[in-house]
Amino acid sequence: MEESLTLKKLRERFPASIIDTHSFRGDDTAVVKRVDVVDICRFLKESPDLSYNFLMDLTAVDYLQMNNPPKTERFEVVYHLYSIKYNHRVRIKAPLTEADPTIDSLTPLWAVANWLERECWDMFGIRFDGHPDLKRILLYEQFEGHPLRKDYPLTGRQPLIGPKN
Amino acid sequence: MAIESALGESVVLTRTDKVLGWARKYSLFLYPFVTACCGMEYMATAASHYDIDRFGAGLPRFSPRQADVLFVVGTISHKQAPILKRVWEQMCEPKWVVAFGGCTCSGGPYDNYATVQGIDTIVPVDVYIPGCPPRPETVLDGIMKLQEKIQNQKQEL
Repeated sequence: MEESLTLKKLRERFPASIIDTHSFRGDDTAVVKRVDVVDICRFLKESPDLSYNFLMDLTAVDYLQMNNPPKTERFEVVYHLYSIKYNHRVRIKAPLTEADPTIDSLTPLWAVANWLERECWDMFGIRFDGHPDLKRILLYEQFEGHPLRKDYPLTGRQPLIGPKN
Repeated sequence: MAIESALGESVVLTRTDKVLGWARKYSLFLYPFVTACCGMEYMATAASHYDIDRFGAGLPRFSPRQADVLFVVGTISHKQAPILKRVWEQMCEPKWVVAFGGCTCSGGPYDNYATVQGIDTIVPVDVYIPGCPPRPETVLDGIMKLQEKIQNQKQEL
């Protein structure tokens, strides 16, 4: 199958940073190195023939104990970009290690990344370098840990008042 | 001749407790503490089809200081719990609390890190209305149970 324009352009422009790409029923995905994620997103946003001007979603996945297929990095940060002009989408994934779950912030490119990255920090404990105000957004300040990590207990309640039932 | 027949129907003899209970149970001012989807069912109960006003509970007050029944409608998270407690503390006596829906009764389907497992761990509850969400008939039944409780309790002045 012929590779889509987006993935072809990405490979041409960033041959060293693209770890893997695949397309499934018109959905393009590129797995990239975390150090280049801002450059790649800026390229996708500002290239006139790609024009991915809308950050639809920013989230993460915890692959702890994921053995099939085995993962070497525990986390993956996932970006979904959309072009209003061309009506096409791309998914960018950046693997992060457990020892250093840190990636550059996309706030210089999209203002919406501010809250999405705060949620990602809140739930997964992924740090975003260059974020103007990286603090919890949904949970309270006194909360310890990051509840969407797979090693956080499902019923790990941390009540502000009342019993820990 | 007994005094009752002399007075006829112009006088009603009763007890203070009973008449206060009667007055209180038919003038319930609800504070709807609505956090989730149960709110839709509360609205259905309050609207004309089921008409909560038939039970004297038709005027929700959006200030806890003017309300006497705290209607907790919807899931309460641990982040929300101190706010609920504070609203309850701001209400004047006499006051009652109704747990509306499965989440407020027991946490409902949410046995996770975020959800309070029943609001009775935070505030004292008088009537539990189960259901996910409860039908308006169930809510009206709950209000009638609350009225019964108010009528039969000792009336503090």
